[in-house]
Amino acid sequence: MRPTSARFHDNVDKALHDADLQTALHRVDKNFTSRRTAAVTAMPEFEALRDEAVRIKNHTLDHLDLYLEKFEENVTATGGHVHWAATPEDARRIILDLCQAAGARTVTKGKSMIAEEVALNPFLEAHGITPVETDLGEHIIQLADEPPSHIIGPAIHKTKEQVSDLFVAHHAKLGKSERLTEGEDLVAEAREVLRPRYLEADVGITGANFLIAETGTSVIVTNEGNGDLTQQLPRTHIVIASLEKVVPTLEDASTILRVLARSATGQQMSVYTTFSTGPRRAEDPDGPDAYHVVLLDNGRSKLLGNAFRDILRCIRCGACFNHCPVYASIGGHAYGWVYSGPMGAVLTPTMIGIEEAHHLPNATPFCGRCEAVCPMRIPLPKMMRHWREQAFDRKLEPARQRLALRVWAWLARRPALYRRLSGMAVRYLAWRGRPLGRLRDLPFAEGWTAARDLPAPQGRTFSAQWAQRRRGNT
Amino acid sequence: MSAGPRVGLFVTCLVDLFRPTVGFAAVKLLEDAGCSVEVPTAQTCCGQPAYNAGDRRDARAIAANVLRAFEGFEYVVAPSGSCAGMIKRHYPQLFADDPVLGLAAQALAARTWELTAFLVDVLKVSGLAARYDGTVAYHDSCSSLREMNVRDQPRALLAQVDGVELTDIPDGEACCGFGGTFAVKYGDISAQIVGKKAANVARTGADTLVAGDLGCLFNIAGKLHREGATVKVRHVAEILAGMTDDPPIGEA
Repeated sequence: MRPTSARFHDNVDKALHDADLQTALHRVDKNFTSRRTAAVTAMPEFEALRDEAVRIKNHTLDHLDLYLEKFEENVTATGGHVHWAATPEDARRIILDLCQAAGARTVTKGKSMIAEEVALNPFLEAHGITPVETDLGEHIIQLADEPPSHIIGPAIHKTKEQVSDLFVAHHAKLGKSERLTEGEDLVAEAREVLRPRYLEADVGITGANFLIAETGTSVIVTNEGNGDLTQQLPRTHIVIASLEKVVPTLEDASTILRVLARSATGQQMSVYTTFSTGPRRAEDPDGPDAYHVVLLDNGRSKLLGNAFRDILRCIRCGACFNHCPVYASIGGHAYGWVYSGPMGAVLTPTMIGIEEAHHLPNATPFCGRCEAVCPMRIPLPKMMRHWREQAFDRKLEPARQRLALRVWAWLARRPALYRRLSGMAVRYLAWRGRPLGRLRDLPFAEGWTAARDLPAPQGRTFSAQWAQRRRGNT
Repeated sequence: MSAGPRVGLFVTCLVDLFRPTVGFAAVKLLEDAGCSVEVPTAQTCCGQPAYNAGDRRDARAIAANVLRAFEGFEYVVAPSGSCAGMIKRHYPQLFADDPVLGLAAQALAARTWELTAFLVDVLKVSGLAARYDGTVAYHDSCSSLREMNVRDQPRALLAQVDGVELTDIPDGEACCGFGGTFAVKYGDISAQIVGKKAANVARTGADTLVAGDLGCLFNIAGKLHREGATVKVRHVAEILAGMTDDPPIGEA
């Protein structure tokens, strides 16, 4: 998708005034945090598991080349194929070639953020292949022609009423013209509409939550079972995954699985955890005839050697989204690209550039809750600060802000002058704050005073009063 | 002179400029607990505005000034989790590549405390001689909570004040949306966040809101006042020191 991150202020303004979005966000805010807390509190060894999960990923990243080669070796040994894609263009081209070789007209898709990252759907459509999203959330946003707004709940920004409207508008031509209002009925209708598509599809494309090196297995975690139908019914199964998804062993995957669902939705396990190894064997009752894994780099191998390496530990649980006050205020679309929330504020600039994305790591109060809940202990605020430093060095912030900062910093290094000038400013503000003890508006601080009062200073600075008290004592 | 530890008070720029009462309350609490308190005149700010804006050079220059100003104190105490957190958690990173100042930053970090944590964990203060009649909600600032491990200490101290009935704010671990310059640069997002916090404060029915960080308090007080709420807002040190004669924050 074309990024709109540079127009962040406009995006935010729109989001804050979108009543449906605010209703939907309010729901996220309340549900996810309490469920995660309950799941984590119920598990005394959760902190130890986090440490172990971090250790596994760090070890894997230290030897990423080794484990990727091992993964490829084992995929090949079980009859599958691994394709290496350095760029999104490579990934799209490889997948198109595979689809065309399979004579595909429709492909079913399980939820995949990497497919979003490489903008796969529009590319397939442009080449006459119809992608059918089978995850309920993805189905909704495909109907709405919108990008996902949350990495685990792509349509979380939609209210039930909006979903009803979309279903009436798009399912009527399939004979479903009744406007349903109950969640369960909507799910049932989506299931009915999607079920025949699995059988029609020539290719099924899924993402992967893990790639297991020792067995050449890809793993998906879902709550709807759509992923299983997507990868088992069509004759060709294509997995698209980024290369940091690899872990050494089955045991390692199961360790990380124990923190994944708890952090994401507060479940102990997702409803379906599906392991796929190679194509169907002679003795298997079902499964695809061909199994392909497309491994995407898209700049990740560069991150291994720089200050953003830790983001490669991310397992896409969404806990940082669900605990972020900024995300809860503006939703995912305002971030202007595929990834949003705190992990997006760190990852997005690596992909679309800090010039385009400089607002994302800047627009946070550094509350640190993302890092506190991240199962992989990723220091998200620290990495946002790295980006802020790069944005500052490249002078991407408005000139007025930079100037104000430089003047203040210059003064802050000259205590005597700072004291004299700040003392004068404080007396002026205290005078302006009369008679209420607060200011309703203040030039150059509209960002503050548009929605809040500014408490006025008490009058004389502490340092002036302290100096006087000291003189009085001696 | 007392025989207790020699403490350098890091006043913080917000307390210095906007609410000196908090500085005097901190001095009183420390002196009552037997400390000898000094206030180095060379201090201005901890440098967080520059550090958080990505201006590492200015942040280091200001931080180096703090390192010099607070050399030689047994402890450095700040009435703010945010400024104390900057010194304790971030100065060592800021000077990680400097063999001389790096060591000085680590040494200062090890001696730096947030006020209420210092009173409880180091000075073991008990039996505060203060009285405040009211239902008090304590707001956990993000820095106090997540950088400085301050949660129980201010509550333990408030429990020692006669007349205080303490309540918890729903979703208490959520940020108030202050974030320093964030509140002005991205004022619309900040306002949305503080709107939720103000609503949760109102939900407690408390007549007084306190916290250990003036930034959060100015933010929440500003929102409460704009919406016509009558909750009184004070820094926790004012209540603990019994220094509540001055009007609450944002009132006259």
